[in-house]
Amino acid sequence: MDFSFSPEQDQLRAQARSFLERRYPLARLAEIATSEDGWDRASWPELARLGWTGASIPEAQGGAGLSFVEEAIVFEELGRALYSGPYFSTVALALPALGCAPDLLAQVASGELTATLASGTAVQARGAGDRWRLRGETDLVADAGSVDAFVVQARGPDGIGLYLAERHGTRPQICVLDTVDASRRLGRVTFADDDARLLAAPAAAAGIIAATRRRALAALALEAVGVASHALALGVEHAKSRQQFGRPIGAYQAVSHKLADTYVETELARSLAYWAAWCIAEDDGQAELAASAAKAYAAEAAVAACERAIQVHGGMGFTWDHPLHRYYKRALWIESFDRSGAAHRADIAQVLLGG
Amino acid sequence: MDLRDGPEEAAFRATLRTWLEAKVPSGLRGFRGWTGPALALGRDWSKRLAEAGYAGLTWPKEYGGAGLPWRYQALYLEELARAEAPQHLGVIGLGMAGPTIIAHGRPDQKRRYLAKILSAEDIWCQGFSEPGSGSDLASVRARVDRVGDRFVVNGQKVWSSYAHVADRCILLGRSTTASEKHEGLTYLIVDMKSPGVEVRPLRQITGEAEFNEIFFTDVAVPTENLLGEVGGGWRVAMTTLSHERGTFGFALAGALDVAVRKLVALARERAGTDALVRDRVAREWIDLQALRYTNYRALARLERTGVPGPEGSVAKLRWSEANQRLTKLAIEIIGQEAQVADGDGAPAYWRYQQLRSRGNTIEAGTSEILRNIIAERVLGLPRSR
Repeated sequence: MDFSFSPEQDQLRAQARSFLERRYPLARLAEIATSEDGWDRASWPELARLGWTGASIPEAQGGAGLSFVEEAIVFEELGRALYSGPYFSTVALALPALGCAPDLLAQVASGELTATLASGTAVQARGAGDRWRLRGETDLVADAGSVDAFVVQARGPDGIGLYLAERHGTRPQICVLDTVDASRRLGRVTFADDDARLLAAPAAAAGIIAATRRRALAALALEAVGVASHALALGVEHAKSRQQFGRPIGAYQAVSHKLADTYVETELARSLAYWAAWCIAEDDGQAELAASAAKAYAAEAAVAACERAIQVHGGMGFTWDHPLHRYYKRALWIESFDRSGAAHRADIAQVLLGG
Repeated sequence: MDLRDGPEEAAFRATLRTWLEAKVPSGLRGFRGWTGPALALGRDWSKRLAEAGYAGLTWPKEYGGAGLPWRYQALYLEELARAEAPQHLGVIGLGMAGPTIIAHGRPDQKRRYLAKILSAEDIWCQGFSEPGSGSDLASVRARVDRVGDRFVVNGQKVWSSYAHVADRCILLGRSTTASEKHEGLTYLIVDMKSPGVEVRPLRQITGEAEFNEIFFTDVAVPTENLLGEVGGGWRVAMTTLSHERGTFGFALAGALDVAVRKLVALARERAGTDALVRDRVAREWIDLQALRYTNYRALARLERTGVPGPEGSVAKLRWSEANQRLTKLAIEIIGQEAQVADGDGAPAYWRYQQLRSRGNTIEAGTSEILRNIIAERVLGLPRSR
């Protein structure tokens, strides 16, 4: 029994934190969010060079052959830095399906391929020789405008399978939506007989879809922990420096106890998120329950952390210029992803109480 | 990172589990506190634990302990909770007085006290809090005066668990009149059978009495019972309190695990389809997992550094609030029937637990003090006073 990270894993975290702090100081968040692309495209080859895109990809495909625990560290640190590139999409959402094709894994490891998941039941697939044609629309696709390819959940003659549709010019048609979190843009992707490659036929796809969901929930729990930690740090910094009535406001318990509660909830969320990460890395029987619990708890903890930090900042925290709202909006998106905490708790109650 | 038991841990757990199945006396099964008939079985049960090697698991071998890493204490607490079996009656001695004597005691004090703590021959209690000194411990006023070749103790202590059965007391008192708060404090070992010691049970909100007031009137204490130095008691008391939080979290999570299991059973039986109840039960289950894995993180840190981290305060704070919420939920599920005080069925059980839980956010550090500790020592916020 040992619930701690190895020295190598601690080193990965230190490396990630220093790289991201240098590259994405708070002052840069607004600039990136309002840029045309919405992310720092030049960062991707560097993430690949650092070994992050291939962390869990086998060495034979150019990866590091590590596990979801290492990816978990990166997710948390990217959340803390509010990174806006398609790492979550590629590594959490697309990678399980891309695992069906070693050539694609190699491209992810080397940084040549980014991808996301276009899920839903509205896309149809029909055979065209040894290729496929996709038709239909998917909505709220994470990083739709940023990625090179889409893993598409589509209905073929034998059921729901997983397909890969690469982006060529203006196909498939992508409409980036005006959503709350500008640091993770969502889009509508419309397939109109677009060419695709089969990754997993229905028999294999169901397992991959379930595994993808577990990874996504755990990854977002970790991101949420990063978001909450940063919001807490901002709140604490402000409470130490802001003076009112002749004292730093952090000396007043009405302020300090709010921040203490954020600390407590963030630590509990962190414990759940690491537990979920370990379960996924080990393919443990509790992985689904752990991912569900971690996502439900951590998302709500991150939202509360940001709300308290905004309150502690007073009027400043309510302004567009202050970076807190960007963290808050990421937390709100995480909370909405997949399903709300209440829906996850309903699933957990089903396991505990039956009925 | 590996959340599974290693081979030695698994063997320890399996042996203990079998042992508990065979050895817990029927009068202590489903244990819920050292009150009523359970109390009479306490010393004998504790002796059995000691003889089987389960007392002082983390104490050094030279003092009669097992010299095992902290994780074994954690496993032990998990298994006791799983079996709903009580801990050793002498938890104050094992967890607080003993480690304090090991850290600050002279060789003759170690010889005299430690073995009897393990064997449950001596049960200890704690004389720290006073009517006027609760959270602000450094303001204690009980007098410890040097008179000739002995100390004389006068004063009143309160909220002392086990004092009604205790043989000895660790006492924090004041030796000088005009010094700063933290200086001038003196830490003594007091024999509870000494003339002038009077224990009065305090009846709690539940109607039962688990803790006591202790009155000291001209109690003579030999100078050899001094722990540390005259005026140096604060430092010794801090050792005692830091040990209070070592693997405390595991005992709390263990108790919560039992409570959640019972809550799940109750909800299944009486409110299985109520969506609001289902949501609240799931929340408590998630909180329990969060607490459990926070304990594992704390344990890894404790084993690496030897010092309990801030997770101890986190665990106590959240456990107490979780226990209050979930016992409240249970009596809500039961409804008016929970007002019935007698019997040994679910209504009486939950009624007792719900009332008892109100003490959880007060005993062993109020929630307000724990939030102060987190704000000041972990987050580095300025002191609030």
